Amino acid sequence: MVSRISEEQVKYVANLARLSFDDEEIKKFTTQLGDIIGFAEQLNELDTEGVEPTTHVLDMYNVMRDDVVEPSLPREEALKNAPVQEDGQVKVPQIMEAD
Amino acid sequence: MPLFEEGLVSLKEKIHKKEIKASDLVDEAYARIGKVDHQVKAFLTLNEEAAREDAKELDEKAAADTLLYGMPIGIKDNMVTKGLRTTCASHILDNYDPIFDATVIKKVKAAKSIMIGKLNMDEFAMGSSTENSSMAITRNPWDLDRVPGGSSGGSAAAVASGEVLFALGTDTGGSIRQPSAFCGVVGMKPTYGRVSRFGVVAFASSLDQVGPITRTVEDNAYLMETIAGLDPYDETSADVPVPHYSAALTGDIKGLRVAVPKEYLGEGIDEAIKDKIKDAVRQLEALGAVCEEVSLPHSRYAVPAYYIIASSEASANLARFDGVRYGERAESKDLIEMYKKSRSQGFGDEVKRRIMLGTFALSSGYYDAYYKKAQQARTLIKQDFEKVLENHDIIVGPTTPTTAFKIGEKVDDPLTMYANDLLTIPVNLAGVPAISLPCGLADGLPVGLQMIGRPFGEETLYRAAHAYEQTAGFKLAPTAIKGAND
Repeated sequence: MVSRISEEQVKYVANLARLSFDDEEIKKFTTQLGDIIGFAEQLNELDTEGVEPTTHVLDMYNVMRDDVVEPSLPREEALKNAPVQEDGQVKVPQIMEAD
Repeated sequence: MPLFEEGLVSLKEKIHKKEIKASDLVDEAYARIGKVDHQVKAFLTLNEEAAREDAKELDEKAAADTLLYGMPIGIKDNMVTKGLRTTCASHILDNYDPIFDATVIKKVKAAKSIMIGKLNMDEFAMGSSTENSSMAITRNPWDLDRVPGGSSGGSAAAVASGEVLFALGTDTGGSIRQPSAFCGVVGMKPTYGRVSRFGVVAFASSLDQVGPITRTVEDNAYLMETIAGLDPYDETSADVPVPHYSAALTGDIKGLRVAVPKEYLGEGIDEAIKDKIKDAVRQLEALGAVCEEVSLPHSRYAVPAYYIIASSEASANLARFDGVRYGERAESKDLIEMYKKSRSQGFGDEVKRRIMLGTFALSSGYYDAYYKKAQQARTLIKQDFEKVLENHDIIVGPTTPTTAFKIGEKVDDPLTMYANDLLTIPVNLAGVPAISLPCGLADGLPVGLQMIGRPFGEETLYRAAHAYEQTAGFKLAPTAIKGAND
């Protein structure tokens, strides 16, 4: 059976998902994802013409609250779990090219 | 007799009469953990020092005046607990130290329940055996070579082995009910929106619910009325009054209209399980219920629809684990590389598989074919339930197609593992409540009876489950733990 997803597609999706895999893992995921997608294609047996998709089971719509300023977290608390920080801010690698 | 073999009502009465103290209950919890947890491995983190202090404070008070006064509770490790490590059993959160309590944690603390520790689970609640934990393998207290179920495997195993009086779990596709069935305890998956999800690490936001795992239906009702209700911090929590579930336990189910779906006693379900469920249905009839066979024709599409929907939502929810604001960071000079390395090192295989599946299903060109199709299937599954519950009060069937399986038996085969959830998943897709309770043993392992109700119909489920339990004579006695009864 031809797999429903190619190794190239798996690499493309991995990049979208911000995951990286070595060649062996790509092979394994290609097989496993192909199987799962094939399994999901059972859904094609269903006639869903005109059936509304369910995104949410409760009849709720735009739950609003008053826009009131409330105390926010102290900076130290908010940064407590950040792995790298400097001067009270989260530090990340350079995100723009230097001129 | 170990104290936790008594229910909450009896224990509270004893505290009230000063026959025991909250500290005795906490002592019992840690003594039991010391004796059995090296075999069961239900706990990831203990809260011993704080728990003993909390108990002492209660000891000195005059009256046991709150609902869960002094009762030892275990918490699945995907609910954030201020100052107590919360990992989701994932390396990416190895050292996560939450800065707030989840709403359900605030509620059990306000009711003066005492938090004993955090319980093992499948990583980010993705799994049906707790084997996907990156921290430990939890074992079934009835047979240590078998899985406790999952993803709330630690919660169910801790309750079954008497380490805590009760526990909280979460259920996205069966993660409270299936481990409860495997471990011979009582687990409730409430109606979607019944319990706040604020502070519960999100897996699939349109399906996730928190619920109680207990030894008895009565204890379950008490814990449920503590945690349920509207929460301004969760806009999907429902503005529906919370009944006194414990007051619904009248024992009277005369005239209760019970539906038994033929799909739940059909292909793929073990004969021994079917026999136990048929016995249970006969017993409900003997209690005055009117049972009738019905059909939920789209049941077989629930598992494929679920894996598309839940994985899609997970791929979005887990995008927040990127090594920036919390979690483990892998160093790199490039931001995108830093994301990729942190995530690839931090997540386990099953989590990666689901993120990949979800990202694929939501990606341009595949969205309509997979994600939208699955959501349309979800509508059909929901309509099946609506139709049957128009004329019936509850639906009854097995919780699982088999009893607890062997550790390692299914872990390398995702599709076989997923198929184990075929009886619990439809309930999450429809958003309705369901309870699993023990209905006997098959080859020495517990069998779970599942009762499914109308939206916000938890009261009826508790009444029916309690009436059955009181006459079933099932005694919880996990036998595999060595030295447990010394």
